[in-house]
Amino acid sequence: MSTTEVARPRGRGMSKRTREALKACLYHLIVASSCFVMLYPILWMVASSLKETSEIWTKTASLIPSRPTLDHYVAGWAGFGGLSFDLFFRNSFIVAGVGTVATVASSACVAYAFAKLRFVGRDFWFSVMLLTLMLPAQVLMIPQYILFSKLGWINTFLPLLIPRFFGGAFFIFLIVQFMRGLPAELDEAAEIDGCGKVGIFFRIILPLIQPALITAAIFSFYWTWEDFMGPLIYLQNPRLYTVSLAIRAFSDPSAGTNWGAIFAMSTLSLVPVFAIFVSFQRYLVQGISTTGLKG
Amino acid sequence: MAQTRIVPVGKAGKGAEAQVLSRRKARKGQRERQENLIGYLFLSPWLIGFFLFTLLPILASLVLAFTDYNLFSTPRWTGLANFERMFFADRRYWRSVKATFQYVLTAVPLRLVVALGIAMLLNRGRRFISLYRAAYYAPSIVGGSVAVAVMWRQVWGGQNQGLVNYVLQALGLPYVNWLANPATAIWTLVILAAWQFGSPMLIFLAGLKQIPIEYYEAASIDGAGAWARFSSITLPLLTPVILFNLVMQMISGFLVFTQAYLVTGGRPLDSTLFYALYLYLRAFEVHEMGYGSAMAWVLLLIIAFFTALVFRSSTGWVYYESAGGRA
Repeated sequence: MSTTEVARPRGRGMSKRTREALKACLYHLIVASSCFVMLYPILWMVASSLKETSEIWTKTASLIPSRPTLDHYVAGWAGFGGLSFDLFFRNSFIVAGVGTVATVASSACVAYAFAKLRFVGRDFWFSVMLLTLMLPAQVLMIPQYILFSKLGWINTFLPLLIPRFFGGAFFIFLIVQFMRGLPAELDEAAEIDGCGKVGIFFRIILPLIQPALITAAIFSFYWTWEDFMGPLIYLQNPRLYTVSLAIRAFSDPSAGTNWGAIFAMSTLSLVPVFAIFVSFQRYLVQGISTTGLKG
Repeated sequence: MAQTRIVPVGKAGKGAEAQVLSRRKARKGQRERQENLIGYLFLSPWLIGFFLFTLLPILASLVLAFTDYNLFSTPRWTGLANFERMFFADRRYWRSVKATFQYVLTAVPLRLVVALGIAMLLNRGRRFISLYRAAYYAPSIVGGSVAVAVMWRQVWGGQNQGLVNYVLQALGLPYVNWLANPATAIWTLVILAAWQFGSPMLIFLAGLKQIPIEYYEAASIDGAGAWARFSSITLPLLTPVILFNLVMQMISGFLVFTQAYLVTGGRPLDSTLFYALYLYLRAFEVHEMGYGSAMAWVLLLIIAFFTALVFRSSTGWVYYESAGGRA
């Protein structure tokens, strides 16, 4: 690629090692500088949240606040309309936490049925499940809304939580893929020892599929944490707002122009996401490259 | 690689199944009934959820598409009226279709090209690769969030001059009102999409690792240059992965909502009023549930049509090694 072409003329006459070192240098220069460009908007948001208000739109491009301050975090946390961000974060953690546990647990059960059990209609239901993976949420959104509103679930967390107890097609698929990679001898041996199908699931399979469960949990948490459309449709009461909805309300042109505070709360809302990303990166990369889905 | 692993359950277990079958014949009846019972017991969460939250809503949506329904009165059957209005009377609908296609036709290729380019850069196996990979993936991990969308609006202007204009002016270039100009507003969303190339990049990277290094070595010995190696080894062997990424990104391109809702809100002059956004406005802001359902079904058909089209065309350009060349 381009790196070889650029390095060659300069490297003529040098020893092979110097040329290699130059090439490596150039490579790292190109990759690292484009990384910086990639991350710049996010860094800019973080930097702006630490700048003094007067500086945000005057020294706009700078990433280093001349006098770093946490004032915006204090002001932002106080929230709006008498509701502070600890309420919104609590709501988000409830929705994302309960939703994730429910999805992963139910998906693991269903995946076990598809991957390890034999029953009439298994292949048929599996292809149906794969088909639902392709189904755009927009088609289900309206009738589901009608159903939940008839049940009186609008302005509760129920429409966001209850469907999560019935497994998610993507996570079922992910866990099935993983289970198929497990050696069949393990559960056969357990069966010979007199262990029932239920026992095999809890004692043999569950401990072995932990990496898949962690990958599923990370994705589920991300998608719920960042979900906007669901809360937007079902939660109109500001007391129930998730962080996503709260930031949107906070940044509404008619409501606020305190950009420092808005950037501060936006930065905070990304902290759980980045914390998980940094500590579980390995699982994420595996999850995406083996199932090849979304993000 | 992703698609090679999508094997229907039955295929893998068939041989073993036949073996066990003869042994099982004696106690067959009772044993089989028990196996079915346990199977459906474990399947039941998904099966119940499928009927309640997927099948029932789909059927309801199909019926609603032919009605006038505002959530409070009873649905009134109107036949094809919703579709007539959509295709022949609703000019905003056509503007939303146009904006959506503009977006899909620009954002999807751009995102795939960037993803492939970066994946090739990262496939060279030097130091700090995992660090770089994480840095390139980071924008994608937060890409769908409200925080990033709110930030993005301020990058391009919003209520202030914005970051981009600040830089432009510092360089002595003219000020552009990105978000207020119908010609430029959609590009802020296209660039936002191109910026989040993380997951296709990881999938490309996995695909690139499958290509045997010997192919490149042999080509180099034969005197093939960098471009020849790319166009006659990398690209053909990567076509199954390209197909997969293309289909996935195209589908998500047709469904784009959050970013448009928050960054441009469909403005100006409906130039970024994407299909999903207009559907949301119709269904949830003016409560035209019947019209919204009709729109959702047309969207489903559009996506199905273009997915099928891509798969159809793929026989002409996707190279499967096992089949010994072009199918």
